[in-house]
Order: sequence, then structure tokens, then C-alpha cells
Amino acid sequence: MINKVRADALEMLSIVPDGASITIGGFGLTGVPIMLCDALCELDRKDLHIVSNNAGIDPTGVGRLVGEGRLRKFTGSFPSNKDFFTLFHRGRVELELVPQGTLAERMRAGGAGIPAFYTPTSAGTDLATGSYPARYDGNGQVTAWLPAKDVRVFGGTACVLETALATDFALVKSHRADRLGNLAFRLASRNFNVPAAMAGRVTFCESQSIVEVGEIEPDDVHLPGIFVQHVIQSRPGSFDAPNRGAAS
Amino acid sequence: MSEPEPLGWSRDDLATRAALDVPDGAYVNLGIGIPMLIASHIPDDREVWFHTENGVLGLGGVPEADEIDLDMQNAGKEYSKIVVGAAAFDSALSFAIVRGGHLDIAVLGGMQVTATGDLANWSVPGRTPGVGGAMDLVTGSKQVWVLMEHTDRTGTPKLMRHCTLPVTGTRCVSRVYTTLGVFQPAGTHFECIDLAPGVDRETVRGLTDAEVTFHDDARDGH
Repeated sequence: MINKVRADALEMLSIVPDGASITIGGFGLTGVPIMLCDALCELDRKDLHIVSNNAGIDPTGVGRLVGEGRLRKFTGSFPSNKDFFTLFHRGRVELELVPQGTLAERMRAGGAGIPAFYTPTSAGTDLATGSYPARYDGNGQVTAWLPAKDVRVFGGTACVLETALATDFALVKSHRADRLGNLAFRLASRNFNVPAAMAGRVTFCESQSIVEVGEIEPDDVHLPGIFVQHVIQSRPGSFDAPNRGAAS
Repeated sequence: MSEPEPLGWSRDDLATRAALDVPDGAYVNLGIGIPMLIASHIPDDREVWFHTENGVLGLGGVPEADEIDLDMQNAGKEYSKIVVGAAAFDSALSFAIVRGGHLDIAVLGGMQVTATGDLANWSVPGRTPGVGGAMDLVTGSKQVWVLMEHTDRTGTPKLMRHCTLPVTGTRCVSRVYTTLGVFQPAGTHFECIDLAPGVDRETVRGLTDAEVTFHDDARDGH
């Protein structure tokens, strides 16, 4: 019998090694697998390549991983976190800045067996022409730039070649999950969790509730369990975030 | 912090002016900042649907403290309401809406716009990195409107012959609403199609880097 429900987050995530690449769902404060990020910190994992839309907008979730200096590289669209800014400009972490829609599609492609695709987004911009810093040295000098993207014209529109993002692991958060790993989300907390779960070769989900098989109606499964390998009950409190208000 | 009375439209006036041009039945994405103010100024007789790129079509207004739903934020990471009939989806589908040309209007803030419709609004060298969904929005939407102050804080023009800041997209802007008026990129120049009350043509010319022509509707000091 398939039972993907796990009891202990530290034990579950102990298979994630230092240096792993990990896609993490969430946008702003919604749908962020905070408990799983905490577990990675408690396991003292380092040199991680984190793929996520935000680099955290407060010291929880991805923000905690960043603040504790656990990243070697960040791939995402909006790393507006002050800790990240400091680490990036001191040469402590590499950045792959990606437009948000391209990021989502690269994750989706990674899980969908599409190695690369063309998109008009970012054509002609610094993100496509090799003109955006990817890494600094300790003195604030750029030592690496994002690579220039291949360009092809389709129907008169310049498009850039983007490669799929498939990572060793993914961390996501759902509203409901069952022992098969079927997931259902609420409102804006679905966001990157679906493409993130697809991008991970091994996907861990923390869920606000774990329900019996069949409770999520077939038409209400937002992500089929075949994409999910491990499910765990989210820690009470980790989804009762206070209203921390807006940030950049 | 008190600021001197600005010339032309206030931010709220600007949003009200742009809202007048949003047609009934439009699907619209509003960027963070002044564009978001448009939502509360849509005339009552129009049904307009707001898309937020973090995965909802049918974004509503600001919730009271007891209405906050922790699963519902807008793209500015503020807690938001939704309207009856709203749909929720993941980020990949959300950007299929954006990139696929399904949005009627994307309204963004701007740092610089050129007469050819190039937009710079995502990066100032040395500042916090971040691009978000701006490059996707300017690529896919049927119309891209920019709402911004006519000049930056130092009085430097933002309607430019060439962008000096990194571009978000090229030849993508269809209309610019500034605190001084409404402008359409016309290739070699901007055409001003409306002036804010009390603003004259010479003032606009003096605060604009690119050439400006004036439509008959853009009358001085009306």
C-alpha cells in the first residue's frame, strides 16, 4: 500500500544532502513551506541551490535559509530580501535572475519532460544579452554575468531560448493532502507550488491538513500524487502567520 | 512627511483618469504602486476583472482586519479580497494568461518610457535585484499602459528619447499616464492626448526629454 505520509520532518528531510538543488513553492507569505525550510536549517544543510520566486520577504521560510547563509546559488524572480542583497554583493551567493513567468514555465517544463522552450519574455533585455551580474567578488566587482540567451524570431517576434529547471528536490505546501500525495490548494497559496512539485525529482509537501483518500474529489485534485513522494502534517502555527503586512 | 503641492494630477487623480479609459468587460492586471489605485476608480457601470499574477482572476479590494484570509494576497504581497466568480490557478497557468495574450491591459509603473514604446521599470544598477513579472506582462498583454510621475524626484524627465536605464521590454507601451497628461508613444515623438488641469504645453515640453506633439483635445490650462 502506498503511504507517503511521514511523521517527522527532520527524519524525512535527512535524505537531502549538502549542495542539493531544491525548488521551493510559495509567493510572498502565501503557500510557503515554512516548516520544511526550518527543518533544513535544523539539519544544518549548506551550499544549497534554491529555486524559488522570492528569496524570502521576512526571516521565515526561504528568508531563513538565506539569512543563515545556507545558499550557494539562488534562482528566482524577486530576491528583494536585504540579507540576500548583502550576501550577493559580497560574493557569497550566486544569482540567476529569471522573469517570473519564465521561472514558472521552466519549472513546469522540468517536470513535463520539455528540455527547453522559446519565449518572447526578456528578449532584448539585460537578462537575455549577458549584461546582468550573476556573481560578485568580495570587493563588489562582477566576476560572472548571466549567459547570453540564444535568440530566434518566430512570426516576427524575437524569442529567447530558456532551459527547463529540474532540481534534486522540491518543497511545497498544500491546504489538503492525502496518503497518495494528491494535493489541493486554496486561493493564491497555490502559486508556484504546482510547478515546483513538478520540477523536483523528489517532492516533499507539508499540508495544513491530511485527509482520507477520496476526500479530495478527483476534479478537485490540483496536483496528482504521482508528483509527490512525501507528505507531512504542517506544524500548527506555521500557517497561522500574523498579518505581517506588505513588503516590497 | 509633507510635500509641496504637485503640479497636475495627484496619484489618485491619475488613477481616476486612467480608470476612465478601462472599458467594460476588460481583463486587467494592475502593477504595484499607483496602478493598483485604478481598481477603486472604475466607473460603477463597468464590469472589469483584475488578474493578479500570483494566481487569481477576480482580485478584490483591501480586507478589514477580520476579513483577512491568509491564503489570499495580491502580487504586492498585501492581503486582499476576491470577488464572487473569481478563479484561482497556479503560477504557470497565470503566466499563460499573461504571456498568451489574454489580458486586455497591463498597467505598470515606470521609470522611463521612450517615444518608440520602450519601457524601463525593473532595475536601477546597485539597487536590490528583482524583476518579478514585469517582463512577462509587457510581452504578452494586448495593451500596456504606464502610470507614473512625469519626472523623477529630482525633476529629471521620464519620457525619453532613449532609455538610460535597463529596459523591461521594447516597443511595448501603448499609453502613458503621467501627472501632467496622457501620452501615446508615436515612434519619433509622444502625442499628448490630454493635459491635466492647470498644466500648459510649454511646461510639458520643458519636463519631457522626447519631442511632444499635442492633440487638439490637449488644451492648455483647462
